[in-house]
Amino acid sequence: MLGIIRQKAFGQSLQRIRPVASSWGGYSSTSKQMMVREALNSALDEEMSADPKVLLMGEEVGEYQGAYKISKGLLEKYGPERVLDTPITEAGFTGIGVGAAFYGLKPIVEFMTFNFSMQAIDHIINSAAKTSYMSAGQISVPIVFRGPNGAAAGVGAQHSQCYASWYASCPGLKVLAPYSSEDARGLLKAAIRDPDPVVFLENELLYGESFPVSAEVLDSSFCLPIGKAKIEREGKDVTITAFSKMVGYALKAAEILAKDGISAEIINLRSIRPLDRPAINASVRKTNRLVTVEEGFPQHGVGAEICASIIEDSFGYLDAPVERITGADVPMPYAANLERMALPQIFMNAARR
Amino acid sequence: MALAHLTSSSRSNLLKPLATVLSYTDSFRRPISTSTDPLTIETSVPFTSHKCEPPSRSVETTPQELISFFRDMATMRRMEIAADSLYKAKLIRGFCHLYDGQEAVAVGMEAAITKKDCIITAYRDHCTFVGRGGTLLEVFSELMGRQAGCSNGKGGSMHFYRKDAGFYGGHGIVGAQVPLGCGLAFAQKYSKGETVTFALYGDGAANQGQLFEALNISALWDLPVILICENNHYGMGTAEWRASKSPAYYKRGDYVPGLKVDGMDALAVKQACKFAKEHVLRNGPIILEMDTYRYHGHSMSDPGSTYRTRDEISGVRQERDPIERIRKVILAHDLATEKELKDFEKEIRKEVDQAIAQAKESPMPEPSELFANVYVKGLGTEAFGADRKEVRAVLP
Repeated sequence: MLGIIRQKAFGQSLQRIRPVASSWGGYSSTSKQMMVREALNSALDEEMSADPKVLLMGEEVGEYQGAYKISKGLLEKYGPERVLDTPITEAGFTGIGVGAAFYGLKPIVEFMTFNFSMQAIDHIINSAAKTSYMSAGQISVPIVFRGPNGAAAGVGAQHSQCYASWYASCPGLKVLAPYSSEDARGLLKAAIRDPDPVVFLENELLYGESFPVSAEVLDSSFCLPIGKAKIEREGKDVTITAFSKMVGYALKAAEILAKDGISAEIINLRSIRPLDRPAINASVRKTNRLVTVEEGFPQHGVGAEICASIIEDSFGYLDAPVERITGADVPMPYAANLERMALPQIFMNAARR
Repeated sequence: MALAHLTSSSRSNLLKPLATVLSYTDSFRRPISTSTDPLTIETSVPFTSHKCEPPSRSVETTPQELISFFRDMATMRRMEIAADSLYKAKLIRGFCHLYDGQEAVAVGMEAAITKKDCIITAYRDHCTFVGRGGTLLEVFSELMGRQAGCSNGKGGSMHFYRKDAGFYGGHGIVGAQVPLGCGLAFAQKYSKGETVTFALYGDGAANQGQLFEALNISALWDLPVILICENNHYGMGTAEWRASKSPAYYKRGDYVPGLKVDGMDALAVKQACKFAKEHVLRNGPIILEMDTYRYHGHSMSDPGSTYRTRDEISGVRQERDPIERIRKVILAHDLATEKELKDFEKEIRKEVDQAIAQAKESPMPEPSELFANVYVKGLGTEAFGADRKEVRAVLP
């Protein structure tokens, strides 16, 4: 089940990762750079520090410092009662996390990747998402399920699926997908503070990417609202929605399109459920064209929902049919060239259409 | 007649009237049902243990407790039988899994614990809920999908909850409640409360993988959880010998100690649960296997007689019925007369009928309830009904 644990040579960047965000030294005088990994680590650290009910459990989160080093230093700081290494038994430890949330604790359950969450999906949906409703509000479930989602590099079909649309279809869950370090910090803090079950979809390939963060983002009270998308780049000719890693690609696509005189508005969804329908609709009403981008399988995906939503609310504003860019409708192949073909690489054609 | 007047005027607390029934018998009748004088009774079946020392067969109890066992079990029994009729009258829909025959487990367990201890069970939860303090009105209203139900009518038979009394449901997915129960115990230990969790499951759920996953973690982390296997010998229609290679469920924990208990004897159940609570607070998890029996089929759509004989069912009813056993103990120790016990039963019948009548008056939930409690914090997002343009709501 574990597959290949990525043993990238992080080199000096690992040593520089410290749990406390404020100790991050200046890279430049104007804005600090922060890796997504560091952003997540600092968010976990600050929330655990602020609320003794917050705890972290998952495979290798403690002594191994996290399979992807997201929880580095936390065991040392908070002890084995709050940072718990679990056996490789997702159904068991996820159920235990949900039960602890029933009682009033605030667990963060880490899945080494969301592919493994399928072993525990009954607890995520039937035990966590539906309980507040079935108990008419008597029992709430303040839990966060987090971990890398979607494709990595060369990890094969069983380790590459995107679960955004699966979880986002379920009432009772909130589903978040950060892109930048600011997103990672703000949304994870919001997720931990939120009294409902939150599925927090990270991306392994983004962990090592750095983004500029302002002083406001670094503050320990920083929090982003759940359910609100971000306009990463304003434009007027076409709206491109994306989440997680695809936002980076969309921004690059926007650069290329700009050279051809096409001004693309890039929306970073941030929140898959609740979906920021007002923001997407407002943008499409301005640009009159929409391309949705995602890494996951095409059928019944996030793009399908956005497309339906636009047709329901802004049909008259569309100058062209909505286009979807998605992962290929195949299990993820291993060979590098096939893997490239299976994932979105070029959106410009769709935008031009 | 003085006696009739006194017994019929009492509500849930029968203690005072019985105390004044002096004139009915020749001998001086001390206030028996209020008596908390200790009484020791031997269980008829010894405990069998796995990797631990079994508790003693001598159970300490009091007349008051024995009378309350009788009353509580009789109430549960009457409630389940009434639910059967309501289901056949189509006032209860969907699933209805009845507990009659197994009452001793719910009642004996409650006698050993407090409301700060937690209980979580599967879908055969009506009596467990009542044991935790749930009222008959809440039960019948919830079964009929009315507002006065414990889950406002939104849960149904399988989803009763009472968090303030430590009852965490009410779960429909076989076996899921066991890891959840271990999670409750984890939180109890984390909160340093010196309280424990009882996670109940059936012989059908005993083979679930997630049970062993959760048991492993509980044993590793020394969680104060007691796994109670209510072995009624049939997982829906499948007899235990057809489902389990090893039906010795109390031994299934392997490295976790276990105890096999006569689940039709409320006193034995009480003793085992008391023992288990003390054990887990020091030593981590334990498994209790309750040897019990359900008279009804698995649910209301199962007659219960295609996979077992009517002789077997009536045999258990005659030999091992939990209410009859307590009745015999009460009579043998002269704690009440037969008539008094029968009067309790009549009174209980009336209480149940009244609760049903009241439940029938309770209205169905308001349409706005459809969108209530999806989230604790709805963030003002929109939720849609079947026709998206017609039915929309903003979640608060």
